[in-house]
Amino acid sequence: MAEVKRLNTPLTDEDIKGLKIGDNVLITGEILTARDTAHKKMVEFLDKGEKLPFDIKGQLIYYVGPSPTRPGQVIGSAGPTTSGRMNKYAPRILEAGSKGMIGKGEMGAGVPDALKKYKGAYFIVVGGAAALISKSIVANELVAWEEMGAEAVRKYTVKDFPVIVAQDCHGGNMFVEGVKKYQRI
Amino acid sequence: MRQIDAAKITETVKKLCIDANYYLGKDVMDALEAAHKKEESPVGKEIISQILENDKIAAEGVFPMCQDTGAAVVFVEQGAFVFVNGNLTEAINEGVRQGYKEGYLRKSMCDPITRKNTGDNTPAIIHLDIVPGDKLKIIVAPKGGGSENMSFVKMMKPADGIEGVKDFVIESVKKAGSNPCPPIIVGVGIGGIFEKCAQIAKKALLRTIGSKHPDPFYADLEAELLEKVNMTGVGPQGLGGTVTALAVFVEVHPCHIASFPSAVNINCHAARHKEAVI
Ligand code: SF4
Repeated sequence: MAEVKRLNTPLTDEDIKGLKIGDNVLITGEILTARDTAHKKMVEFLDKGEKLPFDIKGQLIYYVGPSPTRPGQVIGSAGPTTSGRMNKYAPRILEAGSKGMIGKGEMGAGVPDALKKYKGAYFIVVGGAAALISKSIVANELVAWEEMGAEAVRKYTVKDFPVIVAQDCHGGNMFVEGVKKYQRI
Repeated sequence: MRQIDAAKITETVKKLCIDANYYLGKDVMDALEAAHKKEESPVGKEIISQILENDKIAAEGVFPMCQDTGAAVVFVEQGAFVFVNGNLTEAINEGVRQGYKEGYLRKSMCDPITRKNTGDNTPAIIHLDIVPGDKLKIIVAPKGGGSENMSFVKMMKPADGIEGVKDFVIESVKKAGSNPCPPIIVGVGIGGIFEKCAQIAKKALLRTIGSKHPDPFYADLEAELLEKVNMTGVGPQGLGGTVTALAVFVEVHPCHIASFPSAVNINCHAARHKEAVI
């Protein structure tokens, strides 16, 4: 494996400033999971000026929808889902104190600006490497909104969870810069 | 006539759903190994090595290779001398139902408008062909949403010719970018009519990596397209690199004199398909 950085959550502005696109990072600690419906609800809370039922300060939000858990396992396969669907919510979540998102695919709309402004980073986990990723999830518990079923907010305790910095707080975007570097057509 | 029990079909489909999601084909594994050597971007190399490691973990049979275990696409080639004792469609759906439950696979099928999940990953998407003989061949190809969303049909003009197809394929791969989890496999359908070109593009994804189109003209086209796709720079996961696709497969069908339909269907590196002959 190429050179890796290690980070423990919750993250600080300093942690984020030290990251640049292309960095391999192993995350240890807790991360929160949320998809479309949970994001909608989080933003509703924030719009009303209410406190979220969980602390997102310094936290990373993982966009995930795992396969069912086998008996005796912590979780099923838990790879990333497409992040672009959360474009319109992510800036609000960063504003509220989250330090970044984990998913797959490029994030656009207001996200790059929000990463700069609120000091956040967007990480990708390798899409379709769900079995590998699951090995680094050591605990999985419900945090809020159980009624959302598969879309409820959960907390994963992770150890050496493998991610790559795809968009950083310095304006770097590997989906653009990486492709430009190798594009010949 | 040869009689085949519906229960036997259910049993077979069930096993194929599970196997497809845990055991990636050797051809895809070999292609990923080769891609790992070939990839010039260090980040891309790291991504491919994670994919390889992932696929080895999946083959232990506990974690499916991807959490999106797909819509169950089922191709059936029924010999004309086969009589199915029961309802073929229901037998297949029952196999999907059992396979997705017993294999701890994610149920992803839902109502298109209300988005309510059907709960058991049915209905399967079934393509039936009647062929000569007295055998029944079943191919199960689970298809993830991320890559399926990157599908395109274009009703081109006959004057667009082969260059038009090439441009369309490259454009599609660029547009798809990181969404279908590259490295990808590109299925191209040329000709037919609207739905036929889409269907043959999907069928192209069932080919074994390394195989060539039997017609040398299209075999050359496949090779040229693969080279061009890998020059787009999209790279593993869309983060840039020299391996965007593992293969490009082309299937062709005659078309109407006034038409020139073409389709691109993309598969991710979790290129799943398993088959059985009853
Ligand atoms: S595109 Fe394929 S590898 Fe990526 S998440 Fe979907 S099924 Fe998995």
